[in-house]
Amino acid sequence: MKLKDDFKKWLSYDLDLDEEPTMPEPIEFDDEAPEITIWHRLRQQGAHRKLYYVVAVICSAVLAFTLILTVSGMPRYGEDAEFMDTVTYEYLAHGMEYTGAVNIVSGIILEYRAFDTLGESFVLFCAVTCVLVLLRLDDEADSSAPSYHDLTHDIVLRRTARAIIPLIFVFGIYVLLNGHLSPGGGFSGGAVLGAGIILLSSAYGEEASGKFVTERTFRIVTTSALLFYCVGKSYTFYTGANGIETFIGNGRPGDILSAGLILPLNVAVGLVVACTMYGIYRMFKERRF
Amino acid sequence: MSFIENLPFLSVVLFLFAAVVCSVLKPKAARIFTTAVEAVVIAFSVATLLYTRGTGTFFRYNMGHFDAPWSNQLRAGVLDALAAFTFSSVLLLSHIGGIRYAKIDIEPKKQNSYCTLLNLIGAALMALSYTNDLFTGYVFLEILTLSSCGILVIRRQGRTTLSAARYMVINLLGSGLFLLGVSLFYGTTGHLLMEYIKTGVETLDATGEYQIPLTVTIGLVSSGLAIKAGLFPFHTWMPDTYGTATPTSSAVLSGIVSKGYIFLLIKIMYRVAGTGTVAMTAARHILYVFGMAGIIMGSFWAIKSKYLNRMIAYSSAAQIGYIFVGIGLGGEAGFRAAMFQLIAHAFTKPLLFLAGARLSESSGDSLLFSDLQGAAHRNRAAGAAFAVGAFSMVGIPTLAGFSTKLYFAVAAIEHGTLVDFATLGVLAVSTLLNALYFMRTVIRIYTPSPAPTPLPTFEPSPDKSDPGLVCAVGFAAGILFLGLFPGTVSSLIISGLSMFG
Amino acid sequence: MGNLLYNYEEATALILFSIGFVTLLFHRNMIRKLIGMNIMDSGIYLFLASMGYIYDRRAPIVEGGDTNPVNYINPVPASLVLTGIVVSVSVTAVMLSLAVRLYERYHTLNLDEIYAMSRRRAEHR
Repeated sequence: MKLKDDFKKWLSYDLDLDEEPTMPEPIEFDDEAPEITIWHRLRQQGAHRKLYYVVAVICSAVLAFTLILTVSGMPRYGEDAEFMDTVTYEYLAHGMEYTGAVNIVSGIILEYRAFDTLGESFVLFCAVTCVLVLLRLDDEADSSAPSYHDLTHDIVLRRTARAIIPLIFVFGIYVLLNGHLSPGGGFSGGAVLGAGIILLSSAYGEEASGKFVTERTFRIVTTSALLFYCVGKSYTFYTGANGIETFIGNGRPGDILSAGLILPLNVAVGLVVACTMYGIYRMFKERRF
Repeated sequence: MSFIENLPFLSVVLFLFAAVVCSVLKPKAARIFTTAVEAVVIAFSVATLLYTRGTGTFFRYNMGHFDAPWSNQLRAGVLDALAAFTFSSVLLLSHIGGIRYAKIDIEPKKQNSYCTLLNLIGAALMALSYTNDLFTGYVFLEILTLSSCGILVIRRQGRTTLSAARYMVINLLGSGLFLLGVSLFYGTTGHLLMEYIKTGVETLDATGEYQIPLTVTIGLVSSGLAIKAGLFPFHTWMPDTYGTATPTSSAVLSGIVSKGYIFLLIKIMYRVAGTGTVAMTAARHILYVFGMAGIIMGSFWAIKSKYLNRMIAYSSAAQIGYIFVGIGLGGEAGFRAAMFQLIAHAFTKPLLFLAGARLSESSGDSLLFSDLQGAAHRNRAAGAAFAVGAFSMVGIPTLAGFSTKLYFAVAAIEHGTLVDFATLGVLAVSTLLNALYFMRTVIRIYTPSPAPTPLPTFEPSPDKSDPGLVCAVGFAAGILFLGLFPGTVSSLIISGLSMFG
Repeated sequence: MGNLLYNYEEATALILFSIGFVTLLFHRNMIRKLIGMNIMDSGIYLFLASMGYIYDRRAPIVEGGDTNPVNYINPVPASLVLTGIVVSVSVTAVMLSLAVRLYERYHTLNLDEIYAMSRRRAEHR
């Protein structure tokens, strides 16, 4: 009978199964999970920390053991595993000829596996959109922007920055433009350039860095570079899949102007990365551009 | 080569293109542009579906000038196109259905970012539907994770940030396991394209080499994707996430984002690991057990819940459990049931969230059941839409849920005796529990308020352009179609599965 | 134990992975979770990189027109790591901004305390 009464109560919302415990103590985990009480008791006894560490150590040990078992069944380190050669040898033997890039890794990421790299740039774009959504304060009256330690009067930083910023920029541009010839490429070059702009901004304030990147340039550069990337790569995909000859030549491998679309794509990616890095930095520092 | 074979690739690139363009457009233009792009992609998916169904076979599409083992590749068959169609149409309907709330919940200057994120979700889902390359799968998986976090936190009020933190932590665990699994696949077979990995796996299976790495790899990939989809012990983020986001985001997250992960898992089972290998069978059995537990526990918590949105969210945990039970049962019947449930749930859950949002709006923005009494009289259209969704969840004949449960029963009966009884028992219990909490809600919203309510009655907003009715009719049409003509969809799924491996 | 003594580098990488995984799963502090995620990802990248290494071979940059594949190491893991690193940088940026938002709202980064505070404020939505 009790059950029937309870059911009637539940139907009419008089029975509150989902009662909210109003505890002064912090409690743990899921709001509606039944473990709450046990967990809460443990916490009050101060034992939850210990339990926590014990569980963590056990989990870690089990996982590590399984994975070590896996590793001991894998092919030996540092030896040429034959089953890998189908793909690898083709890249190494013909990669330079087909893509025009001396740096085989550049050839792979921007020609053979270009769709992944297109996705990768969009991961970055997605991240910067999320950071803008999360941190941007549009309301000018909102004074909750964080205060931070102003470094623009630090003489050591200013002098050092003055000395090394030109070098950073030159190095970044070099890495960017030589991605198809030597280690580097769009992402690494862009990261170096972005770091240079961030250093400039923290040493000399945004009047100095504003000469490179403002919100307007951020929007224009990111949008046009990504659109160029999208369109350029779509052209390659489309012609490739439909068996159409492209008009973009590969040039002589080793020249700076060679390797078809790889150089312009590297420049586009580098600009996107540099702007994104600086944009994320501004969002964290000032919450607005 | 027919021009139609370009359409899968174009649907991905169109969404990516639209994402970039939307980031600089004005909010209204961005909204219109996004809607148009979603509609175009639906048309592309339908064309691909009809084309592959007509030719009776799949096609591959090389991304670039290089041939199969060396370049990225897309591959489209009936099932891939069907998934793409489901994802894009649910995205469009959820988007237009929630515009009314998006305008309120999102700051004006971030409206276009919302469109950007929706486009990125579209692109990621299209890529997951069509990709034939595991690493491409990983990259677009991460786009899906990040952009779904974005559409969650874009509503600043309440505990969205906390939900997003929980959501991200669980998803990053899943991503880590998945990436390690992909690396191990590469380390043992030397390939990243799905069919080539399968050849490698079959060779290894035959020679008995690398058995432990292979088993661990399959375990890592399956558990990574199951964690990301919200299988039972990892479902705790669901009520927070679905319950706190703006209605469009709840609809998109529950309806299609988690389905994207599951679709990739089914694809990997068929195309990479092979459903029959020893390791895969073990993984499927584990998923089966957790799926069963998820069905019961999800329903249990849904009954305990006293907020509408949390109840719908917990019922999602149960419905995801169904899909994994289907995968665990295996065989053609099991996977058919899983795919059917995937599509049916993708159409039903967004309808419930969007109708629920309107019901709560007409009850003074309260989500407490006690305040929702008589809500269906205050907003008749939303009440009817909610009732259709709830009836489908319970499994009333002529609606999608009925056909799903039928296919699950068929799949269970084809199996051994013990599994047979267990599955049928859980199905029966879960149907009972579903009926309990959904019928209670429907009765509650149709019971007239006893006294003249102090709550504001529903008034059509001055903005006449709320297309909620269009969206409700779209979803209801989908649910009715799945309920009335399950044979059509089922034959599509069967022919898709046969060209999937 | 099979090839464990040869594969010590991969073993180290996967131990790093499990340390990171457990940190991400069990630590209650957002920043520590984030560090755990980065350790986990670095473990995977180290694993990939050591899988591509072959003794006595050069980095895959063609020198002097020598396109004989047996002179170079495997370039595929390098390209996968390159892609993966950008992904984890992006995820880190998003997680850090989530941490900033959480701290502004609740003035702590401990998730236990944040749950409790959220409950006390009765934030159900």
